[in-house]
Amino acid sequence: MAADPGSGTYLYAVAAEADPGREAALPQGVVGGEVRAIGRAGLVAYVSTVPLDQFGEEPLRRSMEDLDWLEETARAHHGVVEAVAREAAVVPVRLVTVYSGDAQVWALLEERHDDFARALARVAGRQEWGVKVYAAPGEEAGERAAGEEPSGEGEGEGEGRGEGEGGKTPERPGTAYLKRRQQQIRGREEAWRRAGARAEDIHGALSSIAVASRRHRAQDPQLSGRPESMVLNGAYLVDRERGEEFARAVERLRGPGGDVQLTGPWAPYSFAVLDDDGGLREGV
Amino acid sequence: MEPARTGIGRQAYPSSSGGREPTNLGDILERVLDRGVIIAGDIRVNLLDIELLTIKLRLIIASVDTAREMGIDWWEHDPWLTGKDRHLLEENRRLRDRVAELEEGYPREVEGRSRRRAVEGEVEGRSRRRAVRGEVEREEDDRGR
Repeated sequence: MAADPGSGTYLYAVAAEADPGREAALPQGVVGGEVRAIGRAGLVAYVSTVPLDQFGEEPLRRSMEDLDWLEETARAHHGVVEAVAREAAVVPVRLVTVYSGDAQVWALLEERHDDFARALARVAGRQEWGVKVYAAPGEEAGERAAGEEPSGEGEGEGEGRGEGEGGKTPERPGTAYLKRRQQQIRGREEAWRRAGARAEDIHGALSSIAVASRRHRAQDPQLSGRPESMVLNGAYLVDRERGEEFARAVERLRGPGGDVQLTGPWAPYSFAVLDDDGGLREGV
Repeated sequence: MEPARTGIGRQAYPSSSGGREPTNLGDILERVLDRGVIIAGDIRVNLLDIELLTIKLRLIIASVDTAREMGIDWWEHDPWLTGKDRHLLEENRRLRDRVAELEEGYPREVEGRSRRRAVEGEVEGRSRRRAVRGEVEREEDDRGR
């Protein structure tokens, strides 16, 4: 297989020893390829054969720029990873990891056996959940209201001045504007502080149920598809049997403030790490 | 075709894994590109070397505003993003200084300057993000950079 110089072996994920028949339930891989499970050293790699005219170095450089191609490939990759993850502990591999043939994948399984085994042990019996928290839609717009009417909330230092300190010139329009503006900015800072504190609380509460947690970069509205700002993009590795409890906790954390969105269960994308990943990075 | 694809988050496919929440393409891309084990295959493709991809995806994955406001500073070290968005804090500081000055009793010459600020500062809400970037550039020009 893949001895053909025009093709390569695309690696999706690594799992512990295959159950016979697991492959039957797998979806098609990237470019419609048939997914195979190839085992070695008590591990199994999920792979498919790909044409190098699409998955060679140069072609990839171009095709990765094509968001349609990227979407299709990402979905296919993800589909295989998820299907494997439903049945077994799995270590997902980053998109477009391609070997010249199956033999190179066998060699990988042998050489990195211990690292994969440890990574699999960490995620076995666990699932990843995603939780995104958004700032309340009003919070960004609401800053205007906060500035408009300096309502005695807090230390509005400017208001009421002139009472005890006669002799100052009456407020000029420029000054009034600047004060209003300052208050707006304070209102915005306040809104962000609130949203940030809420994100902190939610993350803390969920982390206590999870065995591991990670905060990822917040997604931009263009990526999240939502107009509000995202204030938490968390990933939580949760024991399978506590999944329901986790989902209920998320329910309870909803409430006033921005939306709280639960996604998953996912394959443990955020938590599958080989111990010395650093040494494996490309170019090292 | 390219610009029309910016709304990556728009599609919602039914999840293949039991249909809990729809699986958003953005969530998938974030995972398959940014997470998962990195192993050097025989085909060497450093995703970060792909310039256009970097611009399109990293910039949309990263919400600069949010990160800054949350005090997350990874982008400070990110050459793609540095210098983009220090504007609000700076404006805030300038205004505080200004108001302090005024309260000390130097009300001169404010109107002219504040009018210009008013125009810049009044961009709110949704369009703020985009506006901010443009402004930063203008302001840097002002400072003669």
